[in-house]
Amino acid sequence: MKPDALKPFLPIFGVAGLLVAWSIVTWRQWVDPVLLPSPVSTFAALWNGMNGGPLGFDFVKTVYRTATSTAIAAMIAIPLGIVLGSAERVYRSLEFVIDFFRSTPASATFPLFLVLFGVGDETKISVAAFGAILVILFNVAYGVMNARKTRLLAAKVMGASRLRVLFDVMLLESLPQTFVGLRNGVSLALVIIVVAEMFIGSQDGLGHSVFEAQQLFDMPRMYAAIFAAGALGYGLNLLFLLIERRFVHWSGK
Amino acid sequence: MNAAPQARRLQAMALRAAGTAKPPHVTIRGLCKRFDTTPVYENFDLDIPRGELISVFGPNGCGKSTLINMIAGLVAPDGGQILFDGMRLSEIKFGYVFQNYREALFPWLRAFDNIAYPLKIMEVPPAERRARTERLVAHLGITLDFNLYPYQMSGGQQQLVSIMRALIVEPEILFLDEPFSALDYEMTLFMREQLQRIFMETGTTTVLVSHDLEEAVYLADRVLLLSRHPARIADLAAVASARPRTDATLSDADFVRTKAHCLDVFQREVRRA
Ligand SMILES: Nc1ncnc2c1ncn2[C@@H]1O[C@H](COP(=O)(O)OP(=O)(O)OP(=O)(O)O)[C@@H](O)[C@H]1O
Ligand SMILES: [Mg+2]
Repeated sequence: MKPDALKPFLPIFGVAGLLVAWSIVTWRQWVDPVLLPSPVSTFAALWNGMNGGPLGFDFVKTVYRTATSTAIAAMIAIPLGIVLGSAERVYRSLEFVIDFFRSTPASATFPLFLVLFGVGDETKISVAAFGAILVILFNVAYGVMNARKTRLLAAKVMGASRLRVLFDVMLLESLPQTFVGLRNGVSLALVIIVVAEMFIGSQDGLGHSVFEAQQLFDMPRMYAAIFAAGALGYGLNLLFLLIERRFVHWSGK
Repeated sequence: MNAAPQARRLQAMALRAAGTAKPPHVTIRGLCKRFDTTPVYENFDLDIPRGELISVFGPNGCGKSTLINMIAGLVAPDGGQILFDGMRLSEIKFGYVFQNYREALFPWLRAFDNIAYPLKIMEVPPAERRARTERLVAHLGITLDFNLYPYQMSGGQQQLVSIMRALIVEPEILFLDEPFSALDYEMTLFMREQLQRIFMETGTTTVLVSHDLEEAVYLADRVLLLSRHPARIADLAAVASARPRTDATLSDADFVRTKAHCLDVFQREVRRA
Protein backbone atom coordinates (compact mmCIF):
# COMPACT_ATOMS: atom_id res chain seq x y z
CA MET A 1 0.00 0.00 0.00
CA LYS A 2 1.28 3.46 -0.86
CA PRO A 3 1.83 5.60 2.24
CA ASP A 4 -0.62 8.21 0.88
CA ALA A 5 -3.52 5.76 0.57
CA LEU A 6 -3.71 5.56 4.34
CA LYS A 7 -3.73 9.30 4.85
CA PRO A 8 -7.50 10.01 4.81
CA PHE A 9 -8.03 7.31 7.45
CA LEU A 10 -5.38 8.52 9.89
CA PRO A 11 -7.81 10.61 12.02
CA ILE A 12 -9.79 7.43 12.70
CA PHE A 13 -6.82 6.02 14.61
CA GLY A 14 -6.86 8.93 17.04
CA VAL A 15 -10.59 8.58 17.66
CA ALA A 16 -10.33 4.79 18.05
CA GLY A 17 -7.38 5.19 20.42
CA LEU A 18 -9.30 7.62 22.59
CA LEU A 19 -12.35 5.32 22.72
CA VAL A 20 -10.22 2.27 23.60
CA ALA A 21 -8.37 4.15 26.35
CA TRP A 22 -11.66 5.48 27.71
CA SER A 23 -13.22 1.98 27.65
CA ILE A 24 -10.26 0.50 29.50
CA VAL A 25 -10.29 3.24 32.13
CA THR A 26 -14.01 2.76 32.86
CA TRP A 27 -13.88 -1.05 32.57
CA ARG A 28 -10.99 -1.30 35.03
CA GLN A 29 -12.70 1.35 37.15
CA TRP A 30 -9.54 3.43 37.46
CA VAL A 31 -11.78 6.47 37.77
CA ASP A 32 -14.94 6.71 39.86
CA PRO A 33 -17.71 5.57 37.42
CA VAL A 34 -19.93 8.34 38.73
CA LEU A 35 -17.43 10.92 37.40
CA LEU A 36 -16.61 9.14 34.16
CA PRO A 37 -19.37 6.98 32.66
CA SER A 38 -18.53 4.39 30.02
CA PRO A 39 -18.49 5.31 26.33
CA VAL A 40 -21.52 3.06 25.78
CA SER A 41 -23.74 4.79 28.33
CA THR A 42 -22.51 8.21 27.15
CA PHE A 43 -23.29 7.51 23.52
CA ALA A 44 -26.61 5.92 24.47
CA ALA A 45 -27.48 9.16 26.29
CA LEU A 46 -26.34 11.14 23.24
CA TRP A 47 -28.39 9.00 20.86
CA ASN A 48 -31.55 9.05 22.99
CA GLY A 49 -31.20 12.75 23.73
CA MET A 50 -30.78 13.69 20.09
CA ASN A 51 -33.56 11.39 18.84
CA GLY A 52 -36.65 13.08 20.19
CA GLY A 53 -35.11 13.69 23.62
CA PRO A 54 -34.54 17.16 25.13
CA LEU A 55 -30.91 17.28 23.91
CA GLY A 56 -32.04 17.59 20.29
CA PHE A 57 -34.25 20.55 21.20
CA ASP A 58 -31.38 22.20 23.15
CA PHE A 59 -29.06 21.59 20.22
CA VAL A 60 -31.41 23.33 17.80
CA LYS A 61 -31.77 26.26 20.20
CA THR A 62 -28.00 26.72 20.42
CA VAL A 63 -27.61 26.43 16.66
CA TYR A 64 -30.30 29.07 16.20
CA ARG A 65 -28.69 31.50 18.66
CA THR A 66 -25.17 30.99 17.31
CA ALA A 67 -26.28 31.31 13.70
CA THR A 68 -28.34 34.42 14.41
CA SER A 69 -25.55 36.18 16.28
CA THR A 70 -22.97 35.28 13.63
CA ALA A 71 -25.26 36.44 10.83
CA ILE A 72 -25.89 39.76 12.59
CA ALA A 73 -22.17 40.16 13.25
CA ALA A 74 -21.28 39.43 9.62
CA MET A 75 -23.89 41.85 8.28
CA ILE A 76 -22.47 44.65 10.41
CA ALA A 77 -18.77 43.79 10.43
CA ILE A 78 -18.12 42.97 6.77
CA PRO A 79 -19.32 46.26 5.22
CA LEU A 80 -17.82 48.22 8.11
CA GLY A 81 -14.51 46.37 7.80
CA ILE A 82 -14.33 47.13 4.08
CA VAL A 83 -15.02 50.82 4.66
CA LEU A 84 -12.51 51.06 7.52
CA GLY A 85 -9.90 49.00 5.70
CA SER A 86 -10.04 51.15 2.60
CA ALA A 87 -9.68 54.31 4.69
CA GLU A 88 -6.54 53.31 6.53
CA ARG A 89 -6.28 56.56 8.51
CA VAL A 90 -9.76 56.06 9.93
CA TYR A 91 -8.92 52.46 10.86
CA ARG A 92 -5.69 53.54 12.55
CA SER A 93 -7.56 56.03 14.67
CA LEU A 94 -10.08 53.37 15.74
CA GLU A 95 -7.56 50.56 16.04
CA PHE A 96 -6.99 50.97 19.76
CA VAL A 97 -10.70 50.98 20.52
CA ILE A 98 -11.28 47.86 18.39
CA ASP A 99 -8.28 46.04 19.88
CA PHE A 100 -9.31 47.00 23.39
CA PHE A 101 -12.81 45.59 23.10
CA ARG A 102 -11.56 42.62 21.12
CA SER A 103 -9.33 41.82 24.09
CA THR A 104 -12.10 42.34 26.63
CA PRO A 105 -13.60 38.97 27.67
CA ALA A 106 -17.14 39.07 26.30
CA SER A 107 -18.37 37.33 29.45
CA ALA A 108 -17.40 40.46 31.41
CA THR A 109 -20.05 42.38 29.48
CA PHE A 110 -22.91 39.98 30.36
CA PRO A 111 -24.22 42.16 33.23
CA LEU A 112 -24.16 45.22 30.97
CA PHE A 113 -26.15 43.48 28.25
CA LEU A 114 -28.53 42.07 30.89
CA VAL A 115 -29.32 45.60 31.97
CA LEU A 116 -29.81 46.63 28.34
CA PHE A 117 -31.82 43.68 27.02
CA GLY A 118 -33.18 41.72 29.99
CA VAL A 119 -32.83 37.96 30.46
CA GLY A 120 -34.24 36.85 27.09
CA ASP A 121 -32.60 35.59 23.92
CA GLU A 122 -31.68 39.15 22.88
CA THR A 123 -29.02 39.38 25.56
CA LYS A 124 -27.29 36.13 24.60
CA ILE A 125 -27.47 36.86 20.91
CA SER A 126 -26.29 40.43 21.24
CA VAL A 127 -23.31 39.61 23.51
CA ALA A 128 -22.23 36.88 21.08
CA ALA A 129 -22.76 39.19 18.09
CA PHE A 130 -20.76 41.91 19.84
CA GLY A 131 -17.83 39.54 20.36
CA ALA A 132 -18.00 38.17 16.82
CA ILE A 133 -18.33 41.64 15.23
CA LEU A 134 -14.97 42.76 16.57
CA VAL A 135 -13.20 39.60 15.43
CA ILE A 136 -14.71 39.73 11.93
CA LEU A 137 -14.24 43.48 11.61
CA PHE A 138 -10.57 43.24 12.52
CA ASN A 139 -9.94 40.50 9.98
CA VAL A 140 -11.88 42.11 7.13
CA ALA A 141 -10.17 45.47 7.66
CA TYR A 142 -6.76 43.84 7.67
CA GLY A 143 -7.65 41.81 4.59
CA VAL A 144 -8.52 45.01 2.75
CA MET A 145 -5.48 46.90 4.02
CA ASN A 146 -3.12 44.09 3.09
CA ALA A 147 -4.44 43.84 -0.45
CA ARG A 148 -1.40 43.24 -2.63
CA LYS A 149 -0.03 46.60 -3.66
CA THR A 150 0.94 45.30 -7.09
CA ARG A 151 -2.63 44.19 -7.77
CA LEU A 152 -3.97 47.62 -6.84
CA LEU A 153 -1.33 49.26 -9.04
CA ALA A 154 -2.19 46.86 -11.88
CA ALA A 155 -5.84 47.94 -11.70
CA LYS A 156 -4.75 51.56 -11.44
CA VAL A 157 -2.56 51.50 -14.57
CA MET A 158 -5.52 50.01 -16.44
CA GLY A 159 -7.41 53.16 -15.47
CA ALA A 160 -9.75 51.65 -12.85
CA SER A 161 -11.65 54.15 -10.70
CA ARG A 162 -11.34 54.06 -6.92
CA LEU A 163 -14.76 52.46 -6.60
CA ARG A 164 -13.90 49.78 -9.13
CA VAL A 165 -10.62 49.04 -7.37
CA LEU A 166 -12.58 48.69 -4.12
CA PHE A 167 -15.14 46.24 -5.54
CA ASP A 168 -13.09 44.38 -8.14
CA VAL A 169 -9.83 44.09 -6.27
CA MET A 170 -9.86 44.99 -2.57
CA LEU A 171 -13.10 43.17 -1.79
CA LEU A 172 -11.92 39.95 -3.42
CA GLU A 173 -8.44 40.30 -2.00
CA SER A 174 -9.90 40.49 1.49
CA LEU A 175 -12.11 37.39 1.12
CA PRO A 176 -9.59 34.81 2.43
CA GLN A 177 -8.98 36.94 5.53
CA THR A 178 -12.73 37.56 5.86
CA PHE A 179 -13.25 33.82 6.10
CA VAL A 180 -10.60 33.58 8.80
CA GLY A 181 -12.62 36.20 10.64
CA LEU A 182 -15.91 34.35 10.08
CA ARG A 183 -14.48 31.07 11.37
CA ASN A 184 -13.05 32.73 14.46
CA GLY A 185 -16.24 34.73 14.86
CA VAL A 186 -18.56 31.74 14.79
CA SER A 187 -16.35 29.83 17.23
CA LEU A 188 -16.36 32.76 19.63
CA ALA A 189 -20.12 33.21 19.23
CA LEU A 190 -20.67 29.56 20.15
CA VAL A 191 -18.48 29.88 23.27
CA ILE A 192 -20.37 32.96 24.40
CA ILE A 193 -23.79 31.44 23.67
CA VAL A 194 -23.02 28.25 25.62
CA VAL A 195 -21.70 30.19 28.63
CA ALA A 196 -24.72 32.50 28.48
CA GLU A 197 -27.06 29.51 28.39
CA MET A 198 -25.46 28.20 31.57
CA PHE A 199 -25.64 31.28 33.67
CA ILE A 200 -28.17 33.75 32.30
CA GLY A 201 -31.44 32.26 33.49
CA SER A 202 -31.84 30.06 30.44
CA GLN A 203 -34.44 27.32 30.05
CA ASP A 204 -32.86 25.61 27.04
CA GLY A 205 -29.75 25.31 24.91
CA LEU A 206 -26.68 23.09 25.17
CA GLY A 207 -25.15 25.20 27.94
CA HIS A 208 -28.31 24.83 29.97
CA SER A 209 -28.33 21.10 29.26
CA VAL A 210 -24.75 20.64 30.53
CA PHE A 211 -25.44 22.73 33.59
CA GLU A 212 -28.71 20.98 34.44
CA ALA A 213 -27.19 17.50 33.99
CA GLN A 214 -24.42 18.49 36.37
CA GLN A 215 -26.92 19.76 38.95
CA LEU A 216 -28.81 16.42 38.67
CA PHE A 217 -25.54 14.48 38.67
CA ASP A 218 -26.65 12.78 35.45
CA MET A 219 -23.12 12.25 34.13
CA PRO A 220 -23.88 10.38 30.87
CA ARG A 221 -26.26 13.18 29.89
CA MET A 222 -23.68 15.82 30.77
CA TYR A 223 -20.99 14.18 28.66
CA ALA A 224 -23.52 13.72 25.86
CA ALA A 225 -24.29 17.46 25.91
CA ILE A 226 -20.58 18.30 25.91
CA PHE A 227 -20.06 16.09 22.89
CA ALA A 228 -23.02 17.65 21.14
CA ALA A 229 -21.48 21.09 21.73
CA GLY A 230 -18.13 19.85 20.45
CA ALA A 231 -19.70 18.39 17.33
CA LEU A 232 -21.52 21.67 16.75
CA GLY A 233 -18.33 23.72 17.06
CA TYR A 234 -16.45 21.39 14.76
CA GLY A 235 -19.32 21.29 12.27
CA LEU A 236 -19.63 25.07 12.08
CA ASN A 237 -15.92 25.44 11.47
CA LEU A 238 -16.05 22.77 8.78
CA LEU A 239 -19.06 24.41 7.16
CA PHE A 240 -17.20 27.70 6.78
CA LEU A 241 -14.13 25.89 5.49
CA LEU A 242 -16.21 24.16 2.83
CA ILE A 243 -17.90 27.41 1.81
CA GLU A 244 -14.51 29.09 1.65
CA ARG A 245 -13.04 26.33 -0.48
CA ARG A 246 -15.97 26.58 -2.84
CA PHE A 247 -16.06 30.36 -3.25
CA VAL A 248 -12.54 31.49 -2.41
CA HIS A 249 -10.77 28.86 -4.45
CA TRP A 250 -7.58 30.93 -4.67
CA SER A 251 -7.16 31.16 -0.88
CA GLY A 252 -3.63 30.25 0.23
CA LYS A 253 -2.42 29.74 -3.33
CA MET B 1 -11.92 60.35 -28.13
CA ASN B 2 -11.60 64.12 -28.27
CA ALA B 3 -10.56 65.91 -31.41
CA ALA B 4 -7.25 67.56 -30.51
CA PRO B 5 -5.21 64.39 -29.86
CA GLN B 6 -6.80 62.81 -32.90
CA ALA B 7 -5.61 65.72 -35.03
CA ARG B 8 -2.13 65.53 -33.57
CA ARG B 9 -2.01 61.82 -34.21
CA LEU B 10 -3.06 62.34 -37.82
CA GLN B 11 -0.40 65.00 -38.13
CA ALA B 12 2.20 62.61 -36.77
CA MET B 13 1.08 59.95 -39.21
CA ALA B 14 1.17 62.40 -42.11
CA LEU B 15 4.71 63.39 -41.18
CA ARG B 16 5.78 59.79 -41.30
CA ALA B 17 3.97 59.14 -44.57
CA ALA B 18 5.73 62.13 -46.10
CA GLY B 19 9.01 60.34 -45.47
CA THR B 20 10.32 62.77 -42.88
CA ALA B 21 12.63 61.28 -40.24
CA LYS B 22 10.64 59.07 -37.85
CA PRO B 23 9.39 61.42 -35.12
CA PRO B 24 10.02 60.24 -31.56
CA HIS B 25 7.09 58.52 -29.91
CA VAL B 26 7.91 59.62 -26.39
CA THR B 27 9.69 62.87 -25.63
CA ILE B 28 11.03 63.47 -22.14
CA ARG B 29 12.26 66.97 -21.33
CA GLY B 30 13.77 68.38 -18.15
CA LEU B 31 12.62 65.47 -16.01
CA CYS B 32 13.40 65.90 -12.31
CA LYS B 33 12.81 63.49 -9.45
CA ARG B 34 14.29 63.20 -5.98
CA PHE B 35 13.56 60.86 -3.09
CA ASP B 36 14.32 62.54 0.23
CA THR B 37 17.85 63.75 -0.39
CA THR B 38 18.64 61.47 -3.36
CA PRO B 39 18.36 63.23 -6.71
CA VAL B 40 17.46 60.38 -9.08
CA TYR B 41 16.81 62.55 -12.15
CA GLU B 42 18.01 66.07 -12.79
CA ASN B 43 17.01 67.72 -16.04
CA PHE B 44 16.81 64.43 -17.86
CA ASP B 45 16.02 64.42 -21.60
CA LEU B 46 15.23 61.35 -23.69
CA ASP B 47 13.51 60.54 -26.97
CA ILE B 48 12.04 57.09 -27.44
CA PRO B 49 11.60 56.28 -31.14
CA ARG B 50 8.28 54.94 -32.36
CA GLY B 51 7.90 51.21 -32.92
CA GLU B 52 11.22 50.35 -31.31
CA LEU B 53 12.07 48.17 -28.38
CA ILE B 54 14.28 50.02 -25.92
CA SER B 55 16.08 48.13 -23.16
CA VAL B 56 17.00 50.07 -20.06
CA PHE B 57 20.17 48.88 -18.37
CA GLY B 58 22.14 50.33 -15.47
CA PRO B 59 23.46 49.70 -11.97
CA ASN B 60 21.15 48.86 -9.07
CA GLY B 61 19.25 51.83 -7.76
CA CYS B 62 20.15 54.11 -10.65
CA GLY B 63 16.50 54.82 -11.38
CA LYS B 64 15.42 52.39 -14.10
CA SER B 65 12.12 51.52 -12.42
CA THR B 66 11.58 55.12 -11.44
CA LEU B 67 11.97 56.13 -15.09
CA ILE B 68 9.40 53.74 -16.52
CA ASN B 69 7.09 54.32 -13.57
CA MET B 70 7.19 58.05 -14.24
CA ILE B 71 6.53 57.48 -17.94
CA ALA B 72 3.66 55.11 -17.05
CA GLY B 73 2.22 57.50 -14.46
CA LEU B 74 2.81 55.30 -11.41
CA VAL B 75 5.26 57.80 -9.91
CA ALA B 76 4.76 61.55 -10.20
CA PRO B 77 7.83 63.48 -11.40
CA ASP B 78 8.86 66.59 -9.47
CA GLY B 79 9.30 68.50 -12.69
CA GLY B 80 9.65 68.25 -16.42
CA GLN B 81 7.45 66.92 -19.15
CA ILE B 82 6.68 63.55 -20.71
CA LEU B 83 4.68 63.60 -23.92
CA PHE B 84 3.49 60.88 -26.28
CA ASP B 85 3.23 62.29 -29.81
CA GLY B 86 2.62 65.55 -28.02
CA MET B 87 -0.17 64.05 -25.94
CA ARG B 88 -0.37 63.36 -22.24
CA LEU B 89 -0.48 59.89 -20.72
CA SER B 90 -4.21 60.17 -19.99
CA GLU B 91 -4.88 60.55 -23.72
CA ILE B 92 -3.15 57.36 -24.82
CA LYS B 93 -3.51 53.63 -24.24
CA PHE B 94 -0.57 51.83 -22.70
CA GLY B 95 0.24 48.50 -21.10
CA TYR B 96 2.40 47.74 -18.07
CA VAL B 97 3.85 44.37 -17.12
CA PHE B 98 5.03 43.95 -13.53
CA GLN B 99 7.98 41.90 -12.43
CA ASN B 100 5.92 40.08 -9.85
CA TYR B 101 3.33 38.27 -11.97
CA ARG B 102 2.09 36.33 -8.94
CA GLU B 103 0.88 39.53 -7.35
CA ALA B 104 -0.12 41.30 -10.53
CA LEU B 105 -2.69 38.86 -11.94
CA PHE B 106 -6.09 38.41 -10.32
CA PRO B 107 -6.25 34.89 -8.84
CA TRP B 108 -10.07 34.91 -8.76
CA LEU B 109 -10.26 35.26 -12.55
CA ARG B 110 -9.42 32.63 -15.13
CA ALA B 111 -6.55 33.48 -17.48
CA PHE B 112 -9.04 34.45 -20.18
CA ASP B 113 -10.87 36.89 -17.90
CA ASN B 114 -7.60 38.28 -16.59
CA ILE B 115 -6.62 39.16 -20.14
CA ALA B 116 -10.06 40.65 -20.86
CA TYR B 117 -10.24 42.63 -17.60
CA PRO B 118 -8.80 45.93 -18.94
CA LEU B 119 -11.62 45.94 -21.51
CA LYS B 120 -14.12 45.64 -18.66
CA ILE B 121 -12.63 48.77 -17.11
CA MET B 122 -13.05 50.48 -20.48
CA GLU B 123 -16.70 49.38 -20.37
CA VAL B 124 -16.49 47.32 -23.53
CA PRO B 125 -19.60 45.06 -23.72
CA PRO B 126 -18.99 41.40 -22.69
CA ALA B 127 -19.52 39.89 -26.15
CA GLU B 128 -16.96 42.23 -27.68
CA ARG B 129 -14.54 41.60 -24.81
CA ARG B 130 -14.72 37.90 -25.53
CA ALA B 131 -14.27 38.40 -29.27
CA ARG B 132 -11.30 40.72 -28.87
CA THR B 133 -9.59 38.41 -26.39
CA GLU B 134 -10.11 35.44 -28.70
CA ARG B 135 -8.71 37.48 -31.57
CA LEU B 136 -5.59 38.39 -29.57
CA VAL B 137 -5.05 34.76 -28.56
CA ALA B 138 -5.37 33.64 -32.19
CA HIS B 139 -3.19 36.49 -33.42
CA LEU B 140 -0.33 35.67 -31.07
CA GLY B 141 -0.71 31.96 -31.77
CA ILE B 142 -0.14 31.09 -28.13
CA THR B 143 -1.28 27.62 -27.13
CA LEU B 144 -2.29 27.66 -23.50
CA ASP B 145 -5.36 26.56 -21.55
CA PHE B 146 -6.94 29.94 -20.89
CA ASN B 147 -9.57 28.39 -18.65
CA LEU B 148 -7.01 27.85 -15.91
CA TYR B 149 -6.65 30.10 -12.90
CA PRO B 150 -3.28 31.85 -12.56
CA TYR B 151 -2.23 29.68 -9.61
CA GLN B 152 -2.68 26.61 -11.80
CA MET B 153 -0.12 27.90 -14.31
CA SER B 154 3.67 27.97 -14.40
CA GLY B 155 5.47 31.26 -13.78
CA GLY B 156 6.19 31.73 -17.47
CA GLN B 157 2.59 31.07 -18.42
CA GLN B 158 1.43 33.57 -15.82
CA GLN B 159 3.82 36.19 -17.13
CA LEU B 160 2.60 35.45 -20.65
CA VAL B 161 -0.96 36.11 -19.45
CA SER B 162 0.25 39.39 -17.88
CA ILE B 163 1.78 40.44 -21.17
CA MET B 164 -1.40 39.56 -23.05
CA ARG B 165 -3.42 41.52 -20.51
CA ALA B 166 -1.19 44.50 -21.28
CA LEU B 167 -1.67 43.98 -25.04
CA ILE B 168 -5.45 43.55 -25.06
CA VAL B 169 -6.10 47.30 -25.14
CA GLU B 170 -3.90 47.54 -28.26
CA PRO B 171 -1.49 49.83 -26.42
CA GLU B 172 0.53 52.44 -28.19
CA ILE B 173 3.35 51.75 -25.77
CA LEU B 174 4.24 48.78 -23.60
CA PHE B 175 6.30 48.93 -20.40
CA LEU B 176 7.96 45.91 -18.83
CA ASP B 177 9.95 46.17 -15.58
CA GLU B 178 12.23 43.13 -15.27
CA PRO B 179 9.44 40.89 -16.48
CA PHE B 180 11.46 37.66 -16.50
CA SER B 181 13.62 38.07 -13.42
CA ALA B 182 11.38 35.85 -11.29
CA LEU B 183 11.48 32.99 -13.80
CA ASP B 184 13.94 30.14 -14.07
CA TYR B 185 16.48 30.14 -16.88
CA GLU B 186 14.64 27.83 -19.26
CA MET B 187 11.43 29.80 -18.86
CA THR B 188 13.34 33.05 -19.36
CA LEU B 189 14.72 31.85 -22.70
CA PHE B 190 11.22 30.80 -23.76
CA MET B 191 9.74 34.12 -22.70
CA ARG B 192 12.38 36.13 -24.59
CA GLU B 193 11.29 34.38 -27.77
CA GLN B 194 7.64 35.05 -26.97
CA LEU B 195 8.31 38.72 -26.33
CA GLN B 196 10.34 39.04 -29.53
CA ARG B 197 7.55 37.39 -31.49
CA ILE B 198 4.90 39.61 -29.92
CA PHE B 199 7.02 42.67 -30.68
CA MET B 200 7.50 41.64 -34.30
CA GLU B 201 3.78 40.91 -34.65
CA THR B 202 2.53 44.14 -33.15
CA GLY B 203 5.39 46.63 -33.61
CA THR B 204 4.38 48.30 -30.36
CA THR B 205 6.84 50.80 -28.91
CA THR B 206 8.27 48.89 -25.96
CA VAL B 207 10.37 49.90 -22.96
CA LEU B 208 11.98 46.96 -21.18
CA VAL B 209 13.97 47.17 -17.96
CA SER B 210 16.40 44.27 -17.77
CA HIS B 211 19.13 43.22 -15.37
CA ASP B 212 20.66 40.84 -17.86
CA LEU B 213 22.89 42.56 -20.39
CA GLU B 214 22.66 39.74 -22.92
CA GLU B 215 18.88 39.84 -22.72
CA ALA B 216 18.85 43.63 -22.94
CA VAL B 217 20.93 43.62 -26.12
CA TYR B 218 19.25 40.54 -27.61
CA LEU B 219 15.76 42.00 -27.46
CA ALA B 220 16.49 45.66 -28.12
CA ASP B 221 16.66 47.98 -31.06
CA ARG B 222 18.50 50.34 -28.73
CA VAL B 223 19.99 49.86 -25.28
CA LEU B 224 19.60 52.81 -22.94
CA LEU B 225 22.56 52.73 -20.57
CA LEU B 226 22.04 54.80 -17.44
CA SER B 227 24.68 56.09 -15.07
CA ARG B 228 24.45 56.03 -11.28
CA HIS B 229 22.00 58.56 -9.89
CA PRO B 230 21.44 61.29 -10.73
CA ALA B 231 20.92 59.26 -13.89
CA ARG B 232 22.40 60.48 -17.14
CA ILE B 233 22.29 58.74 -20.49
CA ALA B 234 25.67 57.03 -20.61
CA ASP B 235 24.84 55.76 -24.07
CA LEU B 236 21.91 54.92 -26.30
CA ALA B 237 23.48 52.08 -28.26
CA ALA B 238 21.79 50.85 -31.43
CA VAL B 239 21.63 47.08 -31.93
CA ALA B 240 21.87 46.35 -35.63
CA SER B 241 21.24 42.57 -35.68
CA ALA B 242 18.30 41.59 -37.86
CA ARG B 243 15.12 40.04 -36.48
CA PRO B 244 14.10 37.41 -35.70
CA ARG B 245 17.14 36.95 -33.56
CA THR B 246 18.07 33.42 -32.61
CA ASP B 247 20.72 31.57 -30.64
CA ALA B 248 23.00 32.11 -33.63
CA THR B 249 22.65 35.87 -33.13
CA LEU B 250 24.36 35.54 -29.75
CA SER B 251 27.64 34.61 -31.41
CA ASP B 252 27.19 37.00 -34.32
CA ALA B 253 30.15 39.44 -34.57
CA ASP B 254 27.91 42.51 -34.61
CA PHE B 255 26.01 41.34 -31.57
CA VAL B 256 29.14 40.47 -29.62
CA ARG B 257 30.65 43.87 -30.42
CA THR B 258 27.52 45.74 -29.28
CA LYS B 259 27.34 43.73 -26.09
CA ALA B 260 31.04 44.31 -25.35
CA HIS B 261 30.56 48.00 -25.95
CA CYS B 262 27.60 48.14 -23.57
CA LEU B 263 29.56 46.25 -20.92
CA ASP B 264 32.41 48.70 -21.36
CA VAL B 265 30.18 51.71 -20.88
CA PHE B 266 28.47 50.07 -17.91
CA GLN B 267 31.74 49.29 -16.14
CA ARG B 268 33.06 52.78 -16.74
CA GLU B 269 29.87 54.19 -15.23
CA VAL B 270 29.97 51.89 -12.22
CA ARG B 271 33.65 52.65 -11.57
CA ARG B 272 33.04 56.42 -11.70
CA ALA B 273 31.25 56.25 -8.37
N1 LIG C 1 9.56 55.22 -2.88
C1 LIG C 1 10.86 55.54 -2.70
N2 LIG C 1 11.25 56.20 -1.59
C2 LIG C 1 12.56 56.55 -1.40
N3 LIG C 1 13.53 56.26 -2.26
C3 LIG C 1 13.22 55.61 -3.38
C4 LIG C 1 11.86 55.20 -3.66
N4 LIG C 1 11.84 54.57 -4.85
C5 LIG C 1 13.12 54.57 -5.28
N5 LIG C 1 13.94 55.19 -4.42
C6 LIG C 1 15.38 55.41 -4.60
O1 LIG C 1 15.57 55.92 -5.89
C7 LIG C 1 16.66 55.31 -6.53
C8 LIG C 1 16.20 54.67 -7.82
O2 LIG C 1 15.31 53.60 -7.56
P1 LIG C 1 14.80 52.62 -8.68
O3 LIG C 1 13.88 51.66 -8.05
O4 LIG C 1 14.26 53.42 -9.81
O5 LIG C 1 16.14 51.91 -9.12
P2 LIG C 1 16.33 50.74 -10.17
O6 LIG C 1 17.32 51.23 -11.15
O7 LIG C 1 15.04 50.24 -10.68
O8 LIG C 1 17.01 49.66 -9.23
P3 LIG C 1 16.98 48.08 -9.34
O9 LIG C 1 18.02 47.75 -10.34
O10 LIG C 1 17.37 47.65 -7.98
O11 LIG C 1 15.60 47.67 -9.73
C9 LIG C 1 17.22 54.31 -5.54
O12 LIG C 1 18.34 54.88 -4.94
C10 LIG C 1 16.14 54.10 -4.55
O13 LIG C 1 16.67 53.87 -3.28
MG1 LIG D 1 13.92 48.38 -10.48
